[in-house]
Amino acid sequence: MILELFMTACVLLGGFFAFVAGLGVLRLPDVLIRMHATTKAGTLASGLIMLAVAAGFGDAPTVARAVAIVIFLLITAPVGAHMIGRAAFRSGVALWPPTKIDPEARMKLGVRDD
Amino acid sequence: MSVFLLNLLLAIAWAALTGQFTLPGLALGFAVGFGALWVIQPLFGTTGNYFAKVYRWVKLLVLFHYELIVSSISVAWDVLTPRHRARPGIICVPLKARGEAEVLLVTNLISLTPGTLSLDVTEDCNTLVVHAMFADDPAKIAAQIENGMERWVREALE
Repeated sequence: MILELFMTACVLLGGFFAFVAGLGVLRLPDVLIRMHATTKAGTLASGLIMLAVAAGFGDAPTVARAVAIVIFLLITAPVGAHMIGRAAFRSGVALWPPTKIDPEARMKLGVRDD
Repeated sequence: MSVFLLNLLLAIAWAALTGQFTLPGLALGFAVGFGALWVIQPLFGTTGNYFAKVYRWVKLLVLFHYELIVSSISVAWDVLTPRHRARPGIICVPLKARGEAEVLLVTNLISLTPGTLSLDVTEDCNTLVVHAMFADDPAKIAAQIENGMERWVREALE
């Protein structure tokens, strides 16, 4: 009973955060802020769903796979967001007007201003 | 490191003796073995460092999960409410982490914690360029990263 409640809560919360991550990509103002939504909320969403799977099955092979999936996500999601953000910043994609850019950032990275 | 191997050996021994060669069995064995090794710590002489290291890894993991949850909630709030509260900015943060693994861990954790996303690292690995969601005070964010995530990672890996 308690296990089922726990699993339900995890799956629902995971679905909620996955939805928020997707909606964030749709409605946040620029590419870098969108990356915030996909990395943080997306990782938490998959982590919660994997937690529910591991708790529900409870046998060693499933738990091991769930742990492996979460570890791979924790490594790859930020790297993917980092590469997209880096490419956007270096190629000079227009950012949301209120963004304040440290003038040193472009200079230190050797990116030209345009 | 040999203390860690000893601890693993104790975990396997525990799992074998209790007949529960499962993940929870091994985890319990590891915890019991850790306790036993902690009690006989004085017998090892100089390897007491291991216990501090385990403590720092556990601290890093717990704090990281806490920050991930907090950051997801703040992102969810910003996505679901009609107004964008974000005042974004791109900031340079001096990076003290050395070595590929350390830089990778620090940048990954920064991306997953509230309000910051690592964008780029300079060639010499001295400066990290971060995109922050609330960049009213760049110096404060730089200090938070330096005294928070980065310090925890360096403590755990050193």
